[in-house]
Amino acid sequence: MTTAIDEQQVWDALHDVPDPEIPAISVVDLGIVRSVAVEGGRVAVEIMPTFIGCPAIGIICGNVEARLRRLSEEVTVSVTYEEQWTSDRITDRGRENLRAAGYAPPVTPAPPLGDNLFPLTLYPAIECPFCGSRRTRLENAFGPTLCRAIWYCADCRQPFEQFKAV
Amino acid sequence: MTMGRETRDVGREESVRPLLPLSRRERGGVPSGSWGEVPLLAVLLLALADDELVIGWSDSEWTGIAPVLEEDVAMSSIAQDEIGHALAFFELLSAEAGGTPDEWAFQREPAEYRCARLVGRGHGDWTRTMARRFLYETADAVRLISLEQSSFAPLANLVAKMRREEQYHLMHVQTWFERFAAGPDEGRERFAAAIADLWPDALDLFAPLDGEDDLVRDGVLPEPIAALRERWQAMLAPSLERLGVDVSAARAPGQPRRGGEHPDFAWLHNEMTMVARLEPGATW
Repeated sequence: MTTAIDEQQVWDALHDVPDPEIPAISVVDLGIVRSVAVEGGRVAVEIMPTFIGCPAIGIICGNVEARLRRLSEEVTVSVTYEEQWTSDRITDRGRENLRAAGYAPPVTPAPPLGDNLFPLTLYPAIECPFCGSRRTRLENAFGPTLCRAIWYCADCRQPFEQFKAV
Repeated sequence: MTMGRETRDVGREESVRPLLPLSRRERGGVPSGSWGEVPLLAVLLLALADDELVIGWSDSEWTGIAPVLEEDVAMSSIAQDEIGHALAFFELLSAEAGGTPDEWAFQREPAEYRCARLVGRGHGDWTRTMARRFLYETADAVRLISLEQSSFAPLANLVAKMRREEQYHLMHVQTWFERFAAGPDEGRERFAAAIADLWPDALDLFAPLDGEDDLVRDGVLPEPIAALRERWQAMLAPSLERLGVDVSAARAPGQPRRGGEHPDFAWLHNEMTMVARLEPGATW
């Protein structure tokens, strides 16, 4: 039943696969798909985890595989650290989708990795995804998932979450 | 979860030596391959994995009982990071030395672990927990910055990713350091006393590894571990001075070494392996 497929079809299909923890964003817009390779009827996809300890990695790989099986019977999904995901890989559309779902997108560029043991810097205020105010403050750099931080908006008095810049 | 398989062309030479008297071997059920005889690279991976696993597990005990809700969330999240890092190291280790991450993590006797005493002893009260985190995270950062240059590409790549996450851990310990250092006398004194008391155990993080010379020769370790210890101490010196901690007056460290013989670790080990022991071979 396998008919000829091309890489674009695979990318298009991957747009249907949401992040399980933040379904507003697809795995493509999250920037975690490193590569797509199509050879004959075979499809191979490499996934770059947002966080090493992310418990959703297995679910993401399973969802990617399930979606691509509608295109091909031979699908391989692998996890790689050969290249490292950073939040700068989130697409413009992904950032907009995050904001619309109530998550402030990560600041760009992500903080550089120096050799400094004490990287603490004051967080610049970010924009509240609900009212647009910049009178916001970081409440906790750690949140309900590894990739989210908790902020508070002094204007609309709402706590909100930010996708961490890493 | 499986790691991407990447080119590995170092640390794989024939220099193989017994690592541990793994208890699984005596109990039978030995996986195929030479379990108990592993490449030198595995000695390094096991030390890294055990440190991360044990501090992650120990710190996770604050879940639900941290002094404030924000720290409850922070400690849980940090612990989850560390255990995730341990899993990634155990996956590299399993690829090199056989076994599975779960077997390495949960099916060894306490004496077979290769974590530093710093992480194997209990977390203590909040000041002590933060003192331990401060020592551990700064030492781990020095170690990871160096390992990012490792000639063993799968390790260097993994470490490059880890460092992005560890930035947040460093900010966390720095925040608490500032709070204690600038705060009321009691907090500062208790924090300083905990740093001084934990110091000798922290030196275990830089204990020499079996076969270290060969690992350095091959570039798997970009530099001797003693060089890392010196750099760490130099980078920490201004902070220690600010706290008024004189580590030269700390109790004698003895010979730095790795191992799970600490009595506190026996308790933690029992907790950590309880589910795995109740139902051997179960998947979860």
